[in-house]
Amino acid sequence: MAEEAKIWTEGLNFFYGASQALHDINIKISPHNVTAFIGPSGCGKSTFLRCLNRMNETIVGTRIEGKVFIDGHDIYDRSVDVVDIRRRVGMVFQKSNPFPKSIFDNVAYGLRIGGLKDKDKLAEIVEKALIDAAIWDEVKDRLQESAMGLSGGQQQRLCIARALAVEPEVLLMDEPASALDPIATQRIEELIHQLKEKYTIVIVTHNMQQAARVSDITAFFYLGRIIEVDDTETIFTRPKLKQTEDYITGRFG
Amino acid sequence: MKKDTVETLGFNLFRLGSVLVVLILGFILFDIFYKGIGAISWEFLTAEPRMGMTEGGIFPAIVGTVYVTVITVLFAVPLGMFAAIYLNEYAPHGPLTRVIRLSIRNLSGVPSIVYGLFGVAIFVRTLHLGASVLSAGLTLGLLTLPWTITASEEALKTVPKSYRDGALALGATKWQAIRTNVLPYAVPGMLTGTILGLARAAGETAPILFTGAAFFLPFLPDSPFSQFMALPYHLYVLVTQHHDVGKVMPLAYGTALVLIALVVGLNLVAVIIRYHFRKKRG
Repeated sequence: MAEEAKIWTEGLNFFYGASQALHDINIKISPHNVTAFIGPSGCGKSTFLRCLNRMNETIVGTRIEGKVFIDGHDIYDRSVDVVDIRRRVGMVFQKSNPFPKSIFDNVAYGLRIGGLKDKDKLAEIVEKALIDAAIWDEVKDRLQESAMGLSGGQQQRLCIARALAVEPEVLLMDEPASALDPIATQRIEELIHQLKEKYTIVIVTHNMQQAARVSDITAFFYLGRIIEVDDTETIFTRPKLKQTEDYITGRFG
Repeated sequence: MKKDTVETLGFNLFRLGSVLVVLILGFILFDIFYKGIGAISWEFLTAEPRMGMTEGGIFPAIVGTVYVTVITVLFAVPLGMFAAIYLNEYAPHGPLTRVIRLSIRNLSGVPSIVYGLFGVAIFVRTLHLGASVLSAGLTLGLLTLPWTITASEEALKTVPKSYRDGALALGATKWQAIRTNVLPYAVPGMLTGTILGLARAAGETAPILFTGAAFFLPFLPDSPFSQFMALPYHLYVLVTQHHDVGKVMPLAYGTALVLIALVVGLNLVAVIIRYHFRKKRG
């Protein structure tokens, strides 16, 4: 963690109505690294992830306190355009959500709403995104077919391609492989490994082996607080706190 | 054993209910068809009524009903869809929105004659539109609005949140997400609901009674400010206001048949639209 952080938070609290879901979150996330959030269901890890691209704002009755900095700028500052934040911070959802459009139109979606009309340029970026998401070979001959016809694993890689197409700096992944079979999961994990060259990746996962395999840094969440953050290897071999150890050894959670 | 008996009994009771409903409806339709088909001819569909409505056709009434329905569509469809989009996508979730939504739902239960009186007060008198196609069309538009809004809102609700979230996460503004990733999937549902509302409006008599429908006009409406003849009102006149019942009864049945055909036609359009989009969406 020698490099300067890409994202950091200061005293972040988050509320769903009257109930507080996150308590005083302070964390630094370094660039070109994979940071994993682990913890039992309802511990706030997904909620925190959604604070990083302001997606929680789409839920009625939520409130946030504290600061989230990306490259030194508070993304919750009034002068900041939320659309700009979400272009810079891409997101892949737990349940793959291809739009009922063609494969090409799915990947081109973010570019088109961004105002890109040049057909050649669109085709070029779509191809690059699909290659980066390791799905190009499977779909290159049927770009005009509906994305709904793809398998679950392909749909999720398509969603990753769609997120990559707008060239974000950060990629948030909310349990991207939880609904996939082991082989599709492995492909996603290999992909994450390749993508960290270019992107800062934050991944939420229920699967501790997955966290151990793909991440450089792991943060353990429990009851809306970060209990421990460290190098993944340290967390899984020599955690400092007993709570962390109990969780990763499967004694609770 | 006893459980089975109760189950069989209940099952048969439900079956009896649906069979009865279908039988009654079928009988009414058959009756109208049987007694009305004899009156249908090319002349009946294309000529105006003659000899104190005992001969001739119903052409002005057909044109009047179509004309007034077009005004209703132009008024109620965009307004209803806009209102539904606002209510479902933009309106803050609070007591006020709930009251508005509840009021709209309740409006669909208001008797149509009340809409007729309202139409007289607002369109005919206050806005000086007179008894006209326009006044009647707007009145029917008000009548269909609760249906249009409710159906459109339900259609918007069927679009998964993941489509909205997916678009927003890619940097779409709220309106971009709605326009490109919600409306395309909601419009078929919105249209079908709207058409069903229109089909109902096209068959209404009470709202047009005082707002523009004429007892008898030998010519077609030539502007939105003209009076007009309409199928439901013509039917009402033939059945209840005519002295020579024997002569006009077949014509009344013929008119009823044309009106039903029109409504069935509109419903059919709704079915086709739904089918078409469902296939396209795969």
